Amino acid sequence: MNEKSDEDITYFEKQSHIYPQRVWGKYRKLKWVAMTVLLGIYYAVPWLRWDRGPSAPDQAVLIDMPNRRAYFFFIEIWPQEVYYLTAILIFAALMLFFVTSMFGRVWCGYACPQTVWTDLFVWVERLVQGDRNARMKLDRGKWGIKKIWKKTLTHTIWLFIGLCTGGAWVFYFNDAYALWDSIIHFDISWYIGGWILALTFSTYLMAGYAREQVCIYMCPYARFQSAMFDEDTLIIGYDEERGEKRGKHKKGTSWDDRGHCIDCKQCVNVCPMGIDIRDSLQMECIACGLCVDACNNIMDKVDLPRGLIRYDTLRHIEEGTTVGIKSFIRPRTIWYSFLLAILGIVVLYGLMNRSLLDLHVLHDRSPLFVKMSDGRIRNGYDIKIMNKTHEDRMYKLKIKGVDVLETKFRGAAHASTEALPVYADSVGQFKMFLFSGAQEEQRKNITFEITDVDGELTAEHETIFISRKKQ
Amino acid sequence: MSEKDKKNDPIEKDHITGVETTGHEWDGLKELNNPAPRWWLWIFIISVIWSIGYWIVYPAWPTLDGHTKGKYGWTQFQQLAEQQDEIMARKKVYLEDLNSMTFEEIIADPELYQFAVAGGKIAFKENCANCHGIDASGQGKYPNLNDDDWLWNGDLKGIYETIKFGIRSAHDDSRFSEMTAFGSEGVLSRSEISDVVDHVLSFTSEKEVGDAESLMNGAKIYKAQCASCHGDQGQGDSTIGSPDLADAIWLYGGDRDSVTHSVHFARNGTMPHWEGRISDEKIRQLTLFVHSLGGGE
Repeated sequence: MNEKSDEDITYFEKQSHIYPQRVWGKYRKLKWVAMTVLLGIYYAVPWLRWDRGPSAPDQAVLIDMPNRRAYFFFIEIWPQEVYYLTAILIFAALMLFFVTSMFGRVWCGYACPQTVWTDLFVWVERLVQGDRNARMKLDRGKWGIKKIWKKTLTHTIWLFIGLCTGGAWVFYFNDAYALWDSIIHFDISWYIGGWILALTFSTYLMAGYAREQVCIYMCPYARFQSAMFDEDTLIIGYDEERGEKRGKHKKGTSWDDRGHCIDCKQCVNVCPMGIDIRDSLQMECIACGLCVDACNNIMDKVDLPRGLIRYDTLRHIEEGTTVGIKSFIRPRTIWYSFLLAILGIVVLYGLMNRSLLDLHVLHDRSPLFVKMSDGRIRNGYDIKIMNKTHEDRMYKLKIKGVDVLETKFRGAAHASTEALPVYADSVGQFKMFLFSGAQEEQRKNITFEITDVDGELTAEHETIFISRKKQ
Repeated sequence: MSEKDKKNDPIEKDHITGVETTGHEWDGLKELNNPAPRWWLWIFIISVIWSIGYWIVYPAWPTLDGHTKGKYGWTQFQQLAEQQDEIMARKKVYLEDLNSMTFEEIIADPELYQFAVAGGKIAFKENCANCHGIDASGQGKYPNLNDDDWLWNGDLKGIYETIKFGIRSAHDDSRFSEMTAFGSEGVLSRSEISDVVDHVLSFTSEKEVGDAESLMNGAKIYKAQCASCHGDQGQGDSTIGSPDLADAIWLYGGDRDSVTHSVHFARNGTMPHWEGRISDEKIRQLTLFVHSLGGGE
């Protein structure tokens, strides 16, 4: 142990540049596939169409901020229905916990945007500047035409990828085809331009510079994922029993009395997080499996069985056995699947039975009531009818709990309790005066009920009728 | 560091970090003389450079007779005026229509109507709420404007004229009518007033009021003194500002004492005229707002 002396104490860890080396293998292939699929989804989804009739946009996935609507294939959400989104997010979080407790940090290793874009940026870096050693040499070397050219090219491609990222982002918030047309004609608002630029530079910064720093210092998930881990969670593990004592190995010499690790440092060189997996499980490890590929390639070369570094559980690595189906069935995963099933059913039920009609009634507060010259009492109400169907509809209003002597709608000559018209996919607002006699109670609970004239949709809202001053 | 240097160096160093202290000490805590972080320093330098540009463009330095004006002559007053002009330009479209169209036409145009009512609501709070209350429901001797009982005409034209000219105000066209103070001017005796009050209360009272004799006498006096304005059945006449005595609303109170007081001294409430004090378009907006409260005819 080398105890740090007083002189060596620093308050900030300096970022050391990581030069991940190229690697071939099963997990690298998986990563390429995951990257292609995920980026494909990201860029393609805004262009998908979904027919919703004439009064709604036909983009399959669209968050329409100005009109306050969010569309996801068959789902349409109004701002006041944000609880659907909450439920879906909770579902997604539970899903993440569930997957983590079984397979470890597969999200971090394969699916997280930070990982995917960083991987893409490293690929660009390698394409232009060469592999690990070439890049290190280039960075150490003096600035010259070649270096300037290579660096400029790298950063240009990075910025271009960033621009594509930001460019695709805005399509999720606008009609993609119409916006594309405006973008290629440079006819966009500062608002959209600003978003594209912001996403361009954040992509450039996060995937080009911050990289592993995001996972280590910024990401909360990386910090609390250990709470989901136990000895049966799949991790990237180094088989210490088999590997130690490590050391250089000369071809043809015996493997007795030594470990299988030949200390070639391939696992360290390929690591995008810049760690040594042989120091056992670490917070920085995003479980991408690249060191597994690297080590397997070496094991093949020295004619030893693969799996010195492997996906396995802590328990198995310690016992020297390999993982089986039993590792996945345990109280933690059973609980997670149970919760997921319940929540999934609730979300699905909620979305399938989403009400297409909603009613809100607000009782006037000043004045609370008005006494008329003929002794009747008048209360005022603001009525909002939310017609979530895609057709113009007519509604009937029934007031329960108080004798209705008369109703009057202000500023809407065409409206009556028999016929309240509301346009398709919009909110109808009505100001209604309700006349009744003086009641026994100072404050009476009453109910407004609206019914679709030609359908069977109904909605209710409770409100009050006030007829006397508090004594 | 050589031995000699150490002696010449009186600055104390923190033994953990090796950083010099500033010599400031509070209750044993010593301040370290760490340099500012580089990012902070850069932002500071950039800010300083930025401020130079700022001095050139904007008013910045005081001089003996005022201050530097900046290259483009920018002032806050000017900015305010520009913003106000912008708002006025936006309003102008509506205000022109508001002044040229009839009330009925305005009501038929939902956007213009909304503009008028919103403007009227603000004007009401500024000018009218002191007496009529923030919710226009009146207080004391100031009438409730939400109900359908109008001393003077409650249609759009009537409300407009009432606001414009006032009631018993200093305006030449003021709404004017005067009830005799039957008691204090000696027109009726105390018992005659009592009888006529019995008769008036009998229009609306659910309980029996007075006896047959007083009611008969009261009816006679009512017919002679009151019916010309308040009508045979006490229905009033809002064209001349005489209140309805047969409805459920009593501005000055409907109990016996209050009505007696009204007959004896008369009330003759007043309202100031608003012509010349607020613009005509404001009066029109107010009219539409008051009318929209639900009692407008």
